[in-house]
Amino acid sequence: MSTNEIIDRDYSRYGFHDADAKYVFQTQKGLSRDVVQAISKFKKEPQWMTDFRLRSLDIFLKKPMPDWGSPMLGDVDFNDIFYYMAPTERGSDKWEDVPAYIKDTFDKLGIPEAEKKFLGGVGAQYDSEVVYHKIRDDLQKKGVIFLGTDQGLQEHPEIFKEYFGTVIPPEDNKLAALNSAVWSGGSFIYVPKGVEVDIPLQAYFRINAKNAGQFERTLIIADEGSKVHYIEGCTAPIYSSDSLHSAVVEIIAKKGAYVRYTTIQNWSNNVYNLVTKRAYAYEGATVEWVDGNIGSKLTMKYPSVYLLGKGAKGEVISIAFAGKGQHQDAGAKIFHFAEDTTSRITSKSVSKDGGRTTYRGQLHIERGALNSKSSVRCDALLVDEKSRTDTYPYNTINEESASTTHEATVGKISEEQLFYLMSRGLSEADALNMIVMGFLDVFSKELPMEYAVELNRLIQLEMTGSVG
Amino acid sequence: MSSELSIKDLKVNIEGKQILKGINLDVKQGEIHAIMGPNGSGKSTLSYSLMGHPKYQITGGEVKVDGTDVLSLTPDKRAKLGLFLGFQYPVEIPGVRLGNFLRIAYNAVHSDNQLSPTKFFRLLKEKVNALGIDENFIGRSLNEGFSGGEKKRAEVLQMAVLQPRFAILDETDSGLDIDSLKVVANAINTMAGPDVGLILVTHYQRLLQYITPQFVHVVVDGRIVKSGGKELAKELEEKGYDWLREPAITN
Repeated sequence: MSTNEIIDRDYSRYGFHDADAKYVFQTQKGLSRDVVQAISKFKKEPQWMTDFRLRSLDIFLKKPMPDWGSPMLGDVDFNDIFYYMAPTERGSDKWEDVPAYIKDTFDKLGIPEAEKKFLGGVGAQYDSEVVYHKIRDDLQKKGVIFLGTDQGLQEHPEIFKEYFGTVIPPEDNKLAALNSAVWSGGSFIYVPKGVEVDIPLQAYFRINAKNAGQFERTLIIADEGSKVHYIEGCTAPIYSSDSLHSAVVEIIAKKGAYVRYTTIQNWSNNVYNLVTKRAYAYEGATVEWVDGNIGSKLTMKYPSVYLLGKGAKGEVISIAFAGKGQHQDAGAKIFHFAEDTTSRITSKSVSKDGGRTTYRGQLHIERGALNSKSSVRCDALLVDEKSRTDTYPYNTINEESASTTHEATVGKISEEQLFYLMSRGLSEADALNMIVMGFLDVFSKELPMEYAVELNRLIQLEMTGSVG
Repeated sequence: MSSELSIKDLKVNIEGKQILKGINLDVKQGEIHAIMGPNGSGKSTLSYSLMGHPKYQITGGEVKVDGTDVLSLTPDKRAKLGLFLGFQYPVEIPGVRLGNFLRIAYNAVHSDNQLSPTKFFRLLKEKVNALGIDENFIGRSLNEGFSGGEKKRAEVLQMAVLQPRFAILDETDSGLDIDSLKVVANAINTMAGPDVGLILVTHYQRLLQYITPQFVHVVVDGRIVKSGGKELAKELEEKGYDWLREPAITN
């Protein structure tokens, strides 16, 4: 079977693209000061943001590519990408205002339906711009802000300026600098003191254009004692040339706040997915990253939590699924900077058809972070002999009263497991799928039901063709 | 009309070595057969071969259910035909919940009469209660962290839910203390009836103190060397297997 056939089948539901998409504004291919200024000007940004972008561009140009991670990283051609493509003048909170072809796209992906059923708010981004954003009235009345990040900058400049770029400054790494220079779209969320958002807020990111880059920038601020769960999903159609997705996500969880951030990324297999995600958790706050990586050509992503206040908690639960030609280099980073902080990392990866998964994790416990506790568990499952998995844990434990555990396993699907399930009537494909879903169960049980069902379906699609 | 499982001159190799040297056995729905024999006689090989484990290589003979050839079918197709194997050592499958797994298995086996989740879980609860099994079982990972007794109970529960026409129970009594043995035996008795043909594969007679087979067969060195009624099991308990072994070799 040729690669194309496999890919086409795997992404039948996501692989379509709109040939008649129209862009009201787009920059020329490649990156320059002119491009960055054009983006900022088109968005009518305040001067400080234009300056921030230009400073970030300088940092991007100066910084070398990371010399670790995947060898595929060297294949990214930064000059072959459209950095900004705006499908509409301005995002809307009325579904009717969204251009018909974009509505079609999100209809096919089931977004408006999901909003009606089980979401407190929805955002939809198409290439560079957020085209739709809506939050439930009662949440809005309580002062919850859920906007596209550009709108956030326009409508809430004070909050925005106070936090933007504070968790992940452009100096952090080359790709964060790139995002800082050309960012567009993403979600801006502010939850006031003591407000609990009881059902998830969701954003959906779609790359449509060929050679497009998507550089959304998400900023979530959960004020003291508040609670919020944000979910994002992402897809792109199949093209023969590569796309780049390089997001930055910053989360600030103030004293006693709770933030959960759930992602299911299902990019097509020609997308480089190079993302920086980091959260600050202050005293007694909890931040949880629930991070699913199914698609993309290369993913490098290590959601991190800085535990900055006494009793703060951080958790990262992630899965990675690498099929033919894919490399999922993913993991987590936790930094304990305060006493009585706890963290847990659970990582599961599946490799098949020569795919490669890498767990890369960092655990740092600062001297003086008394009685910190951390546990790390990473399990890899190899579906066949061709596939590969590696584990790179980096630990610096500088506090004697800390307690940490680390467990790592590599497993294979055994003939006995397959025979057992088949003897009960399951076909070989269903049996394989069941074993893989069971392996990923610690992750999928964390998802809202609709997402768990969708994940199951995606894994099933990925597993077809692995029999025989 | 009751179904019949018919095994004729079945010969099986493992890794080139002949283990079964011509097994003949007919089992009708509603019957209980005990297959006994010393360790290494080929009892478990018979169990696995009937269910289609890929490691067991069929070199001769035939197995049919009401005239339908079994040996050319993959294990899942055999399950759909109404065969069931209760494993001696059920494998652990982490993260797969027993209840969900059984629902998918039930609907695969009974593809022309599938049950909605609600109806299925009603059936499952009914079986769980009838067999005296803890309801928590349903939500647990398949065989993961189960005690020896729990594993065997889970096997019997699966049989009860899937309602096969022919069930092979491989050493279901091994590794059980007396209380677990009674529970499992009781469950098998609850299951027994006109709709299922049971093949109990066992080394010891003790399971047969609780379940009464109509037929007892002794396998030695890959062949059935003696068949009889339930009294044969008692005789084996007293005399052991050696008196049957000698003639098998000299013949």
